[in-house]
Amino acid sequence: MAFSAFATGTAREQVPRRKSRVALLLLLPGILYLVLFFLVPLVSLVITSLQAPSAFGDVGSYQTAFNWNNYVVSITQYGDQIVRSFFYAVLATVFALLFSYPLAYFIGVTARPWPLLQNLMLVLVIAPFFISFLLRTLAWKSLLSDESGFVTGLKALSLLAPDAHITGTPVAVVFGLTYNFIPFMTLPLYAALERLDTQYLEAGSDLYARPSTVFRKVTIPLSMPGIVSGVLLTFIPAAGDYVNASREFLGGTGTAMMGNVIESNFLILLNYPAAASLSIILMVVILAIVTAYVRRSGTEDLL
Amino acid sequence: MARPIPTDPMIQRLIQNARAAQFSRRSVLQGVGIGAAALTLAACSPGGPAGKPTAAPDKSATDKTLRWDNWAAYLDEDDSGKRHPTLDAFQKQTGITVKYDVAVDDNNTYYGKVKDQLALGQDIGADVVCLTDWMVSRMINLGYVQQFDLSKIPNAKNLTPDLKNVDFDPGRKKSLPWQGGFAGICWNKEKVPGGLKSVNDLWDKSLKGRVGVLSEMRDTIGLIMLQQGVDISTKWGDSQFNAAIDEFKKQVNDGQIRNIKGNAYLEDLKSEDTLAAICWSGDITVINAEAGDKWEFAIPTAGGTLWNDNFLIPIGSQKKSAAEELINYYYQPEVAAEVAAWVNYITPVVGAKEAMQNIDPALAENQLIFPNEETLSKARVFRTLSSAEESKYNAAFQAVLLGS
Repeated sequence: MAFSAFATGTAREQVPRRKSRVALLLLLPGILYLVLFFLVPLVSLVITSLQAPSAFGDVGSYQTAFNWNNYVVSITQYGDQIVRSFFYAVLATVFALLFSYPLAYFIGVTARPWPLLQNLMLVLVIAPFFISFLLRTLAWKSLLSDESGFVTGLKALSLLAPDAHITGTPVAVVFGLTYNFIPFMTLPLYAALERLDTQYLEAGSDLYARPSTVFRKVTIPLSMPGIVSGVLLTFIPAAGDYVNASREFLGGTGTAMMGNVIESNFLILLNYPAAASLSIILMVVILAIVTAYVRRSGTEDLL
Repeated sequence: MARPIPTDPMIQRLIQNARAAQFSRRSVLQGVGIGAAALTLAACSPGGPAGKPTAAPDKSATDKTLRWDNWAAYLDEDDSGKRHPTLDAFQKQTGITVKYDVAVDDNNTYYGKVKDQLALGQDIGADVVCLTDWMVSRMINLGYVQQFDLSKIPNAKNLTPDLKNVDFDPGRKKSLPWQGGFAGICWNKEKVPGGLKSVNDLWDKSLKGRVGVLSEMRDTIGLIMLQQGVDISTKWGDSQFNAAIDEFKKQVNDGQIRNIKGNAYLEDLKSEDTLAAICWSGDITVINAEAGDKWEFAIPTAGGTLWNDNFLIPIGSQKKSAAEELINYYYQPEVAAEVAAWVNYITPVVGAKEAMQNIDPALAENQLIFPNEETLSKARVFRTLSSAEESKYNAAFQAVLLGS
């Protein structure tokens, strides 16, 4: 599975073969925690996803069954939303990377001579965390609403058609996702770039590489661990996000992502098998994408 | 559709064995985990149809607190918007501390959050809740509601005779109406000076992308069905419902309808993302008072829907008699009039109209609070749905909301 991608296949370290009771005892809390809060819910989710409507027919009552068909129904019925979720998540990740890289580079490399500026900018990146994620998204909803200065301004400049709007469109949702996950991209990038040894860059230009080549051949490979963890930290939650795309926040009827479909099935339709099967599909697809990504980016030993 | 599992006991056992074998093959689950996991699962997985839950013991005598979950803009507020004068008076009078919580945004989502506790007869964090007729009907059927001791609610005699014997609760033993209201159309008077008359006016091209509708299926689809000439209170079938869903879907896909929300639709009206909406009668008076006199409400020419929200005491509440005291208090005509003067919904309390004369004579003539026969004749109650219909129609409605 994906986890094997993180492990080094070669040169396995010598593990002491002696069985230690102490080690086992120390591991116990962790194992118990994983069993209780990961394994049990996961198995319960799988069982729920296979349930069939109960014969008594009350809304929201189901009985244990082996109803694989739930998955087929979920995929055919919500194929659009599944594809859309990953499309939005990829867009948000790419935008967040494009925005965060120069920012992290500036904080981590350019601003090195001025530690005060470095710290100030880091605080600015982290500061939004002091306010609830929901509140910030609601604030954007009102900032982007039809009669807001921003939208009327765009219309006055003819950058936006007179009857166009922003909230409730894919643009608003991708914007919201990008905005909300930027700190998750910036911080790992900063951590990687902050350690960047500028002597390598000098060596690169001494060897007649153009700045763009130095960036491509030296800076990027050296910051790869930051890029990989930033991408993972952004992509995984963005794909499952249900706040930004929700109709109560920045989304509309045409922007529902998987999280919204699961929410609707779980809370409104009380169709727990559908909600559970969709959750598992989401998990499996993310796992597959992440495994492929980590393998391809060739950073197994950097992580 | 779901493929039914074979009923033959031998095959069922085979399936069980096959499943057990599958799990044991998974090396991940080897070791400590599996035993604990299986045990815990056996404990939490829902078994067969359990019996109806039993009511929790009443501790009102010793613990003078009460928790009340209700919808937004549904109880009188003072000018600061922080205190509820009638509720303050009740607390002073009885010594009961009431925690009033605007926790209901949508019947379905509220029910989805509390149904598992209800099924087990546990506390849901509220001792009295106001929910809509059809949801109350479902909860009474499932045994999730405590029966009133009507001798402790003497003022229940003030209930308007029309609402005394509803099909889901004859004699009103488990629910009593809180407020009723109409779903109709409203519009921003500044941006839509011509006003609107019917649901079809919402589909006018000039309002493209600026129309909001309610996520309450019975109101939104009900109004569209009425516009299509269906009497929603009588027996209609799939074809009528589907015709309304098709119209609704078309307006959503064309971008005519901007958004579909619960109570949060008021935010869109205020931010002017929406200029016209399908909405609830009393809300418009409240936002007019809050955000400038900008909106107007009307029952569409083809008719509006009429609904009631009802007090009920959840099965797990330990404050039954305190809750009854609260309900009794709000069934006094003077108190009901004071609430109605602020929320502007139809009060079910007889005598409130007379009491209103002392507060504001103009409001006593307000058709949205004290509707006369003529107004009531324009409104219809959405008929009761069977649980199969409920699932089917809700799924169709939600599919449109999710854009699929």
